[in-house]
Amino acid sequence: MSREVMEYDVVIVGGGPSGLSTAIKLKQLNPDINVCLLEKASEIGAHILSGNVFETRALDELIPNWKELDAPIKTKVTKEKFLFLGKQKSLSWPTWLLPKVQQNHNNYIISLANLCRWLAEKAEGLGVEIFPGFPASEVLYNDDGSVKGIATQDMGIDKEGNKKDTYEPGMELHAKVTVFAEGCRGHLGKELIKKFELDKGKNPQQYGIGFKEIWEIDEKNHTEGLVMHTAGWPLDNNTYGGSFMYHAENKQVFLGYVIGLDYQNPHLSPFDEFQRFKTHPDIKKIIEGGKRITYGARALIEGGIQSLPQMFMPGALLVGCDAGTLNMPKIKGSHTAMKSGMIAAETIYEHLTKNLNLSTYEQKFKESWVYKELHEARNVKPSFSWGLILGILFTGIDQILFRGKLPFTLKHKHADHEALKPADKMPKIDYPKPDNVITFDKTSSVYLTGTIHDDNQPVHLKLKDPDLPIKYTLEKFDEPAQRYCPAGVYEVQEVNSVQKFVINAQNCIHCKTCDIKEPSQNITWVTPEGGGGPKYGNM
Amino acid sequence: MKILVAVKRVIDYNVQIRVKEDGSGIVTDNVKMSTNPPDDNAIEEAVKIKEAGKAKEIVAITIGEEKAQETVRKALAVGADRGIHVKVDNVIEPLAVSKILKKIVEKENPDLVFMGKQAIDDDCNQTGQMLAALLNWPQATFASKIEVKDNVLEVTREIDEGLETIEVNVPAIVTCDLRLNEPRYASLPNIMKAKKKPIEQLNASDLGVDINPRIEQIKVEEPPKRKAGIKVASVEELVQKLKNEAKVI
Repeated sequence: MSREVMEYDVVIVGGGPSGLSTAIKLKQLNPDINVCLLEKASEIGAHILSGNVFETRALDELIPNWKELDAPIKTKVTKEKFLFLGKQKSLSWPTWLLPKVQQNHNNYIISLANLCRWLAEKAEGLGVEIFPGFPASEVLYNDDGSVKGIATQDMGIDKEGNKKDTYEPGMELHAKVTVFAEGCRGHLGKELIKKFELDKGKNPQQYGIGFKEIWEIDEKNHTEGLVMHTAGWPLDNNTYGGSFMYHAENKQVFLGYVIGLDYQNPHLSPFDEFQRFKTHPDIKKIIEGGKRITYGARALIEGGIQSLPQMFMPGALLVGCDAGTLNMPKIKGSHTAMKSGMIAAETIYEHLTKNLNLSTYEQKFKESWVYKELHEARNVKPSFSWGLILGILFTGIDQILFRGKLPFTLKHKHADHEALKPADKMPKIDYPKPDNVITFDKTSSVYLTGTIHDDNQPVHLKLKDPDLPIKYTLEKFDEPAQRYCPAGVYEVQEVNSVQKFVINAQNCIHCKTCDIKEPSQNITWVTPEGGGGPKYGNM
Repeated sequence: MKILVAVKRVIDYNVQIRVKEDGSGIVTDNVKMSTNPPDDNAIEEAVKIKEAGKAKEIVAITIGEEKAQETVRKALAVGADRGIHVKVDNVIEPLAVSKILKKIVEKENPDLVFMGKQAIDDDCNQTGQMLAALLNWPQATFASKIEVKDNVLEVTREIDEGLETIEVNVPAIVTCDLRLNEPRYASLPNIMKAKKKPIEQLNASDLGVDINPRIEQIKVEEPPKRKAGIKVASVEELVQKLKNEAKVI
């Protein structure tokens, strides 16, 4: 069966802050440009997960009257705290001694998912056609090698790859310009970066895994507008990471943890580090008596400009974290993602009307405030490869004394999947059992995400070599997929004394960590059937 | 033949339902909503009947807030011909729903009215039956198989004792079970085409129907948490515990 084809001026893959900002800006520049936006989640916002302390700079430019339009940006940051955690004790770091990038007093505590829902309404109001539930699964190319558009996923294919009665072929969407806005480690973005060698001469990209839980807590422990971050325990000096706790409206706190995926110990379980972190007396006292209402996890970009690939190619652009515009020391990527989308829209507009080359995107990006702030931030993350203490000392000098203007740029030397050391050379970690009050297991956590995939469909986590996990990765690294996956997708089971690598793909919460961290890059994340994955509410 | 299919917008069946802290209801803000699952079966069956050449037109109707239109759009994308959206702002009860549907039936004159056997939000399982009573039409509830024979429907029903097959004269009301069929996907080209199909918007107040609630909801609370199980050492201990602690034998 041949696929149906639709032609658009611009097709955008992904309905996060960058894709939606691209769409809105395009329509503002010229309402006649027809724009189609695809989203793999069942609705806009359902795959969005972010802290989030929001800097309004990009939104102020995109929709200056957002306050009048009742944007879901209400809780102003009123108070800030930074704690260094020891096992039992903590040291409070005065806010005035924090680098400027880590100060938040003009920012807001928001749910990024809700902001995206709001942006989607604005986009639809401007005439953008938004189709949730349709993953773009394939890039289409013209004969000259330029990007022609994308194809959506076929629906109704069974486990063995046969067509079911409900089979519906995917559809081809052709565009003058295709914008990839899939977020961190987008699977088409990854293909394009490789095909067009967009990362040539750049440092390897760096990633982290971020966890988030929303808690409803006791009124007496709640301080609306309080933003708190921690570093230190339970991570050791060599592992990059820290926590966030944002006191939002309605007695809710957004509690989360980010761990750099360049960690070395294959026995480390990011999920269990996060759970253990909550048992620290200074954290436990806040959430005790409260109730965890949701859970989620997502990989994020940490590489900064050293790792930022070229963002244009013939017929297409990368925006937001599909390229990697997150500002790591600021722990913020929403405003930079939005701005990158807005710059992309301006580039496309000039491309369509004045026939200017898409390569002008790079120039415009370099002249923007996004580039300036990413440039100032560039040395923070790599300095932590020397350990937490030296990293903090260096960051103090770099960010407070020199404000990011030191005349050199530190490099990221290794890709995250190269960082693991052999299991027998690294200490095992004994994680405490969950108490089901403060700490939980993966199963009950994934349950809260509302994740579902039809189980009669091809497994969307592809192994290049199906024997490698047991033959090599298990022996050398004690198969770390069992631990780095925040949803318990990967298991090593013993059946009749034969070890088997099991992939519970229906649990996948689309975080992309396996695609990043697998030491041999043996796992490839591809799109499952549309609408699958988590159903996050106000994450 | 003309088929009217009623669809309802409910919280998606994969979403963890949360009770509001003050017990006044459940949390619906920013929660993923979808078409009530057995309503999808009702639409699918209507489309199949039309594809078999036994129906000429399918009209999808929903009653609810502005966004309830999405369920009609979805019905249009899988094969309904046109839609009706009756706007109401608050939650309405099955009696009011069936009164509104009666007005629409009188206006549209369908030969069949299909809907899900019940909605997964309030689990009432009343609308189809009440509508049959108000119209004085025959009803076939919990349908897991439907055969159209001239002016008669042969319907297999899922009942406690097994399966029951009945015949009803057309016009009739049929409420559909999940076993009836496997709903098709709304394909992207069809969703695009569905955007151009007409949806007529009406206000419940214009229909002259009393939709005031008859029931006062006092409190909503979560069911008690299940206690963890225990392991017993022997059959004797189990019997003893079932007798004395659980008091079930």
